[in-house]
Amino acid sequence: MSSAERVVFEHVTKRYPGTGAGNPGAVEDLSLEVPAGKVCVLVGPSGCGKTTSLKMINRLIEPTSGRILIGDRDIAQQDVIALRRGIGYVIQQVGLFPHQTVADNVATVPRLLGWDEGRRKDRATELLELVGLDPTRYANRYPSALSGGERQRVGVARALAADPPVLLMDEPFGAVDPIVRERLQNELLNLQEQLAKTILFVTHDIDEAIKMGDLVAVMQVGGHLAQFGTPDEILANPASDFVARFVGADRGLKRLALTRVDALELMPPVTASSGDDAADARRRALADPFPYLLLVDAERRPIGWVDQDDIPSSGTIGEDLATAMSPLFSRRTTLKDALAMLIEAEVHAGIVVDGKGAAMGLLTADMIFASSRDGRSPEARAGA
Amino acid sequence: MIDWGWIGDHLGAIAGRLGQHLELTVIALAVGFALSLGLAILSARVRPVRSIVIGIAGIVFTIPSLALFSALVPIIGLSLLTVEVPLVLYTLVIYVRNIVAGLDSVPPDVIEAADGMGYTANGRLARVELPLAVPLMIAGLRLASVSTIGLVTISGILGQSFGGLGFFIFERPTFATEILVGAVGSIALAISADVFLGRLQRRLTPWARAMDTQAGAAT
Ligand SMILES: Nc1ncnc2c1ncn2[C@@H]1O[C@H](COP(=O)(O)OP(=O)(O)OP(=O)(O)O)[C@@H](O)[C@H]1O
Ligand SMILES: [Mg+2]
Repeated sequence: MSSAERVVFEHVTKRYPGTGAGNPGAVEDLSLEVPAGKVCVLVGPSGCGKTTSLKMINRLIEPTSGRILIGDRDIAQQDVIALRRGIGYVIQQVGLFPHQTVADNVATVPRLLGWDEGRRKDRATELLELVGLDPTRYANRYPSALSGGERQRVGVARALAADPPVLLMDEPFGAVDPIVRERLQNELLNLQEQLAKTILFVTHDIDEAIKMGDLVAVMQVGGHLAQFGTPDEILANPASDFVARFVGADRGLKRLALTRVDALELMPPVTASSGDDAADARRRALADPFPYLLLVDAERRPIGWVDQDDIPSSGTIGEDLATAMSPLFSRRTTLKDALAMLIEAEVHAGIVVDGKGAAMGLLTADMIFASSRDGRSPEARAGA
Repeated sequence: MIDWGWIGDHLGAIAGRLGQHLELTVIALAVGFALSLGLAILSARVRPVRSIVIGIAGIVFTIPSLALFSALVPIIGLSLLTVEVPLVLYTLVIYVRNIVAGLDSVPPDVIEAADGMGYTANGRLARVELPLAVPLMIAGLRLASVSTIGLVTISGILGQSFGGLGFFIFERPTFATEILVGAVGSIALAISADVFLGRLQRRLTPWARAMDTQAGAAT
């Protein structure tokens, strides 16, 4: 496996002929660094220069000024054909070769690089498996006999064929329906966990950008970089009104979708089991600010809530005291989903349970609100 | 009405003329194709060439074939060239248009993908653009073959050394059997050529068949 390499833009400007000095260029003084192995999403409204930026990396477009480095090498100094063979490229319309079978399409760059037939075939088989297409069923088909989602998978396999350190993807999932898109996004994220390529991914959909990107570059018409940062930074602290408007009024909610329950410090519940001393349980419950006692079984699995005022002052706790239940969360539940479930719940606290179903702690809506106010930026990302 | 006896007596001559017809046709189709491929590739690469080539092709097509055959006689005399030059010119008209249309029919996303993956310009032409132009090229070949077979028949007007099966039409314009042999023979040849080339196309472009069946299923 060839390792990933960083991609660096240094003051890159592209002006098309006809756009004079006074006019904005397609890309204006773009500087950013995508560290090796990270996914950087270029996002912004139509015409803001995303495609132009991407195509300058494989030199389908040459910059007017500035430099682009892959690793430490200036791409302008490299042979353009060799450069392109070393970069994976996926486009929205896929651009599969209609006259070649799926296997031949996938083996395009290996063929250009002069690999022998056996090695090409093995590689095509391996890649089709990697993108979830059964080689025995798909290898000898022509592209016209594939669905949109299958074509896009073949496109990704083709881009990965020669194991390039850098992958460019221009709205790769723009032409498929939302359900297929979601599946392809998740597959790419899973693939990326294994491959750890440096990926530059273009979209105009902020939700896709937040989901796919380790880093997000928000671009503005005129080719300006409006903000560059992690999805959480951009949602928590938009750098300008433009970015704030672009990420949307619901950015707080979007941010919640980025954070998982296990990123927060949970509240320990007051618990009791059936048969426990009621007076002791009542004393503990009243001492706690949360007005409910959590009834659990012997394995600490939640049974239900008991209102602290309903706990008898003597005798023992019985399961019949439990009146209400509330949503159960796994540690991987996103805060957005947690909040959605809490809104519906009788008791406004969710119970976070571990893999065996044992209660680990409580999560209230107030805790979620507090976490989005204090701007802590947990690394955990949702989606995959 | 038909003098079967004459036909029986002249089978050898008919076969000979059929051979000549095929020869004149194949030469024109092959030479024309080679020239057109060059012109079409040039037209596809250099925009100004394209309008000139297409413009000239349009003009040539409007010249009546009889006029072209006869016009050349005083210039180059009566030789194989007198027949082949007009034949090749007419094939050029058909071929160039079809090959250019074929190259134009390559989807832009396919071109972009090919460039992005590191095809050289010539590699892209040979491995991507020309193969994808094959269906329209063969469509051109079919048209050109039918047209050329007809023109070879007409070249019988130039005298005994030419015409292929057309020789029989022009030899004795009052003898119905001979005219029928020339006409029916030419038509049968044209139809056979078309059927043969149709099969060839399906052989050469299995991927296009897959596209057809898909389009058929969609409608
Ligand atoms: N070949 C060209 N000649 C002149 N101007 C161009 C050319 N290609 C792009 N532009 C202009 O450059 C700007 C940036 O285009 P680009 O394709 O990079 O936008 P984009 O962000 O990818 O937009 P979209 O989301 O619509 O794909 C646009 O204003 C576009 O009109
Ligand atoms: Mg674009």
